[in-house]
Amino acid sequence: MAGEPAANPATALLVLGCPQVPVQTSIALYLINRLKKAGITPIVAGNKAANTLLVVADPDRHYLGEVMDLDRAVALIADKKRDFDSCYVFIHNDAGVSYAATMGAISKAKLYAIVYGEHFDEQVKKIEFPCTTIAAKAVHSPLPLKKAIDEAKPWVA
Amino acid sequence: MGCVESLNYEIVLRDATFKESRDYIKAHFTEFIDVQPGFKVFDTHVIGLPPIAIGFEGNFIIFPFTKPCHGTFLLRVEDAKEAARLRALKK
Repeated sequence: MAGEPAANPATALLVLGCPQVPVQTSIALYLINRLKKAGITPIVAGNKAANTLLVVADPDRHYLGEVMDLDRAVALIADKKRDFDSCYVFIHNDAGVSYAATMGAISKAKLYAIVYGEHFDEQVKKIEFPCTTIAAKAVHSPLPLKKAIDEAKPWVA
Repeated sequence: MGCVESLNYEIVLRDATFKESRDYIKAHFTEFIDVQPGFKVFDTHVIGLPPIAIGFEGNFIIFPFTKPCHGTFLLRVEDAKEAARLRALKK
């Protein structure tokens, strides 16, 4: 019925990388906002530093919902205890590509690789598994990556 | 993957790319198996691009351990029981 929330809203897992590149936290909050506006429930999985950056930036949880440890998320999905409709993996280094490949292998979620950083093109070349790649050279300013995400509109797919 | 901290491990490679780790295992260990991402070694789900190589050297298991900020480490851990369990997968 129009105006009522769906019984089982779609879910999206945001897999954060190392937070050493500034744009990650900003783009994660932006993507969370866009997903929520599209009726998709975002769940964040990252290491302690990446998660804490988000939690401190959004103390009243206007944007953030569930936040979990990255290793726990991998274990839950690999052990078939939980899965998501879509998965966005933040990538700026080799480890990020490894996590994206892992999500592609263990999860049924539609996979998106969000690639950024000074040498984003080197990481893009390593992505040889099925996924939608959204990439931009973005380190301090999130705007190039925001533009790439807005053009891809993954929350519509 | 907190359990890795409790293992008595030796670091064979540190801050490597995933490919360097896989190439190292295949170049240095005659005995290895290929597994898929998420496969459990000890209580750790391995991370990486498939296939992921796990090497053997006697009772030692050599496997990749990836951390978001530090890349991939290649760890060497002695455990006869786990080595036997993994070797049995080759058959």
